[in-house]
Amino acid sequence: MSYLLNPEVIINQIINGLTIGGIYALMALGYTLVYGILFMINFAHGEIFMFGSFGGFAALTYFVNSGFADAHPGFSIIIAFLVAMIISSVLGALLERIAYRPLRNAPRLAPLISAIGASIFLQNVMMLIIKARMQVYPDIIPEKFIEIGGVSISYFQIFIILGSIFLMVGLYLFIQKTKTGKAMRAVAEDREAASLMGIDVNRIILTTFVIGSALAGAAGVMVGIYYTQINHMMGFIPGIKAFTAAVLGGIGNVAGAMLGGFFLGLAEAFGVLFMPAEYKDVIAFGLLVLVLIFRPRGILGEVVSERT
Amino acid sequence: MSQGQPLLDIQDIHTYYGNIHALKGLSLVVNEGEIVTLIGSNGAGKSTMLKTVSGVLKSREGRISFAGTRIDNLAPHKIVRIGISQVPEGRKIFSHLTITENLEMGAFVRNDTSRIRTDNEGVFDLFPRLKDRQQQIAGTLSGGEQQMLAIARALMARPRLLLLDEPSMGLAPLLVEAIFDTIIRINREGTTTLLVEQNALMAFQIATRGYVIQTGRIVLEDRTENLSENEMVQNLYLGVDME
Repeated sequence: MSYLLNPEVIINQIINGLTIGGIYALMALGYTLVYGILFMINFAHGEIFMFGSFGGFAALTYFVNSGFADAHPGFSIIIAFLVAMIISSVLGALLERIAYRPLRNAPRLAPLISAIGASIFLQNVMMLIIKARMQVYPDIIPEKFIEIGGVSISYFQIFIILGSIFLMVGLYLFIQKTKTGKAMRAVAEDREAASLMGIDVNRIILTTFVIGSALAGAAGVMVGIYYTQINHMMGFIPGIKAFTAAVLGGIGNVAGAMLGGFFLGLAEAFGVLFMPAEYKDVIAFGLLVLVLIFRPRGILGEVVSERT
Repeated sequence: MSQGQPLLDIQDIHTYYGNIHALKGLSLVVNEGEIVTLIGSNGAGKSTMLKTVSGVLKSREGRISFAGTRIDNLAPHKIVRIGISQVPEGRKIFSHLTITENLEMGAFVRNDTSRIRTDNEGVFDLFPRLKDRQQQIAGTLSGGEQQMLAIARALMARPRLLLLDEPSMGLAPLLVEAIFDTIIRINREGTTTLLVEQNALMAFQIATRGYVIQTGRIVLEDRTENLSENEMVQNLYLGVDME
């Protein structure tokens, strides 16, 4: 176990943890935003992420085949992200209108079941589109490494870490500074009082789904670029892990979701130093169980009051 | 201010709270420029009436008109847009938001940035205590300050009609007096006011006309000086001992 004391190994695992953590954090934000406003878990969020990943895949593949990507690689990537975020947003908005809004005043179990149904439906739709075959992301960012001392960081990782932080800062400023962002916080706190201010509560809820879904779409492209292989089931495990990250940070708390995402990513990165890599998922779900038992409100969460 | 034109005209509304028939054919008129009070005990239907006017609850029968247009089929956010603001029961300020942000939410329907700023100064003028704490999280305010914030927030929409749901609730007598003085001032500056109260004594001092509600129906309607003389009102709402 002497390699554990090697600073290069530690720094490498920190970089790996931040990379995967940034992706978890982006997805966890979607869970936490929706929960903060509706007190429901959108269990189809993993599929929104998966559709975004395929949207980015389609865009990038098109750019590579048409030769556009050779001339403008950076521009192609930006467009691929935009395509993914738009597809995920539209899907999130549709889910809210079709699967959740009609159940807004139903018992809490009903929208949960609806979400699971939507999740299975969307997996099967994608399975039919891709005929259940694994798809390979075109490599557009060169797989190069920066060597600093004995530590090597790939371009992908720098790109993902900076990209996820950029999106999170953007989201944070949006929620804190803009009129719509403040209205989102007002609706999350008291829907009826918000409507008495002249806030269109339905529009704000839809906006929340759109924003959370766009972040998941971006995460989908990052996963595609990082792991290169995608399929219709790819949303399931990351979805549950991001949910874990959201619970870890305190569900409903935006800063908590970011923190929980990075925490989970680092926990996994360091966990694999101690146990076989196949057990990586055990860390995430073990943490979920521990948090739920000992600190159900999460790291930054408030005491959950008897809100209904 | 042309007093006498009906601004809010409620005709024979029936509202249900789940299966409970809460308002049973209630009619009430507030004229432009007036302060009108609606008094009644707990559970008589006072808040239900205000929620029906604001569109949070829908009446199954009857009609509500505001400045001549029918509003009983509009969503709450649209009713705010046409000029009705409510200070809800229990204040319902946004406790995680700062005072400034609460006031911004009050002005949500407006886009005239420079006039919003003027009105912001205006409400700080009415409630100087809020001015010193603009960046404070609203949940940390005292009960009286929260009531002030709730009223200030409603005023930020520049309403033609202000609905107040028990602004005296849970406040010390001195604070109640200060709040009611402010309500008079707001009214003099041109905002028509409908004041729902259990505290009839205070309400009668500032309102010109009053209605008494019992189990979802208006049982009495008169000028407030006459209501104060009414034996039933004295017994039930003014706590006058008739031994």
